[in-house]
Amino acid sequence: MANILTPADLAGHGPRGDDPDPRGKFGLFGGRFVPEALIPALDEVAAEYEKAKSDPAFVREFDHLLRTYAGRPTTLTEVPRFSEQAGGARIVLKREDLTHTGAHKINNVLGQALLTKRLGKKRVIAETGAGQHGVATATAAALMGLECVIYMGAVDCERQALNVARMKLLGARVVPVHNGSKTLKDAINEAFRDWVTNVDTTHYLFGTVAGPHPFPEIVRDFARIIGVEARRQMLELTGRLPDAVCAAVGGGSNAIGIFHAFIGDEGVQLHGYEAAGHGLDSGEHALTLTAGSVGVLHGARTYVLQDEEGQTIESHSISAGLDYPGVGPEHAWLKDSGRATYHGVTDDEAMAAFSLLARTEGIIPALESSHALAGALRLGRELGPEATILVNLSGRGDKDMGTAMKYFGL
Amino acid sequence: MTTLQTVFDRAKADNRAALVGYLPAGFPTKDGAVAAATAMVEAGCDVIEIGLPYSDPLMDGPTIQDAVHRALTNGTRIADVLRTVEGVARTGAATLVMTYWNPIDRYGAERFARELASAGGAGTITPDLTPEEADTWREASAAAGIDTVFLVAPSSTQERIKAVVNCCTGFVYAASLMGITGARETVNAAAEGLVRRTREATSLPVCVGLGISNGRQAAEVAAYADGVIVGSAFIRLLLDAPDEASGLTAVRSLAAELAEGVRRR
Repeated sequence: MANILTPADLAGHGPRGDDPDPRGKFGLFGGRFVPEALIPALDEVAAEYEKAKSDPAFVREFDHLLRTYAGRPTTLTEVPRFSEQAGGARIVLKREDLTHTGAHKINNVLGQALLTKRLGKKRVIAETGAGQHGVATATAAALMGLECVIYMGAVDCERQALNVARMKLLGARVVPVHNGSKTLKDAINEAFRDWVTNVDTTHYLFGTVAGPHPFPEIVRDFARIIGVEARRQMLELTGRLPDAVCAAVGGGSNAIGIFHAFIGDEGVQLHGYEAAGHGLDSGEHALTLTAGSVGVLHGARTYVLQDEEGQTIESHSISAGLDYPGVGPEHAWLKDSGRATYHGVTDDEAMAAFSLLARTEGIIPALESSHALAGALRLGRELGPEATILVNLSGRGDKDMGTAMKYFGL
Repeated sequence: MTTLQTVFDRAKADNRAALVGYLPAGFPTKDGAVAAATAMVEAGCDVIEIGLPYSDPLMDGPTIQDAVHRALTNGTRIADVLRTVEGVARTGAATLVMTYWNPIDRYGAERFARELASAGGAGTITPDLTPEEADTWREASAAAGIDTVFLVAPSSTQERIKAVVNCCTGFVYAASLMGITGARETVNAAAEGLVRRTREATSLPVCVGLGISNGRQAAEVAAYADGVIVGSAFIRLLLDAPDEASGLTAVRSLAAELAEGVRRR
């Protein structure tokens, strides 16, 4: 089988030269705001990644895992019955839900697990919100014989109980975090505390394009295969590039993953959909880019939900994976540069799209991805029937059945 | 205002290490923090670090997390932090604010530096602000005439230590171990080596923090460092005390034990 990944996919990026500067800055955003104790570890990860990404053996091994373990390339699926509700615009899904473990998270995890081995470390830790990154990390750890500890907010442990069981079955230890809002942000705090304590033996297998440099760059590069494949597949399927690409944005890894290969294609609109929860006015949302302000959270300068004294405001979303008051610095930069546009989708809109895709196409999407689907319905009506819209279906909805049963009274 | 330089000159003249105590503003209550810090100073603390309670204290262990959570639940704001500094500075101790960077960033670096100086504050310790990102804060602090303390860690390379100490005024904070705040049974052996490496890069005083909780450990650290920093151990006593008065008594007694320790070198 032909390789799906070339060294250029990791090492060479868009024509806009959109790599961060040596300090990890995307314009004003990114950088490192961490205890000095972690700087050597971050330097070590960055240096090893620099070597790995131009090492043909590393790229070959990553490619092999993506093909033979993760199940890449993932297909595109046209969804004409769903599209009828989008004013007839042609909607095409990138099926990351069909990867092994059921979400795009596996791409980054396999890359970083290989990196962990190169670093000579035997233990990985990770944070997880919806549990998808935790499951993917536990999976890769099992595959590569690494000790694995997953930090997960106590609230998320409850609403994603199925994923907690999966992680345990895969041999990981799951530590429920009872601090603060008991969700993703607090799981990240706890994972950093573990890392600074055990940094000699441990790699923090960060799950999204946020955090201190070099995580935003590494996670993006390992997720970028989504867009690389989708761009080629769209050309094969439709003979041209899509008019718009839609993705859900929590921390932003699936969105960067699909956006990145299209950044240089000026005719392609990039739309990110954040969780509007109960609506902007309710104060219960995760509209970091749409309604937040610039600050520092979890080691990077980016948009943050915060009060006027810099205290983080707890986010809300029905979808655990989007329930995060920060966002990756590259998204902050894409927003401010105008290259991408970010919008909110409420819990109710997302649940309607979730149900609609299930009923019209026989695909049960993750609640996270349902935000992108709801956004595509709205965008389709705006762009009209001639438009083609590519949506990142970042994960499958099996994990969300508890929430769906409660919401729909199933 | 008592400056850090005054404190360390005095300690040096006495041939002892300085004692630095930490307490978050608003803990156990807004007034209780001033009372506890005053007790610490009366019993021998030379420097008080007032913690600025922050929602995401990712360098702190369970004890400080708990205290900070209570302070935030009490409604502690930056105005309260500054009022606490004002109250504590009146005791004659050099008074610092220890804070994660985002609250200052959001409040405005110049404004915070100015208001801290007028409250009688001597400077800040900013554990998640690295030299690469520190320019704005150093300029604002210099303009307001307050000190900037940054951290070095056992993992720091000599090059990093140089970069950090170049940003420091007042003293350098040497983290004794790789980890988060909290009392430990023993002081990490890495601390002494780190202090030695730090001295190679600077003539500023070097203080050691993280994990120190009793007079024996204070004496051990005072043998090689210019200052001994204690936080979680004080907070633990206040958390465990059945009432405010017994909390103050316990804090006073620990401060006295530590003060004796830093003089034993």
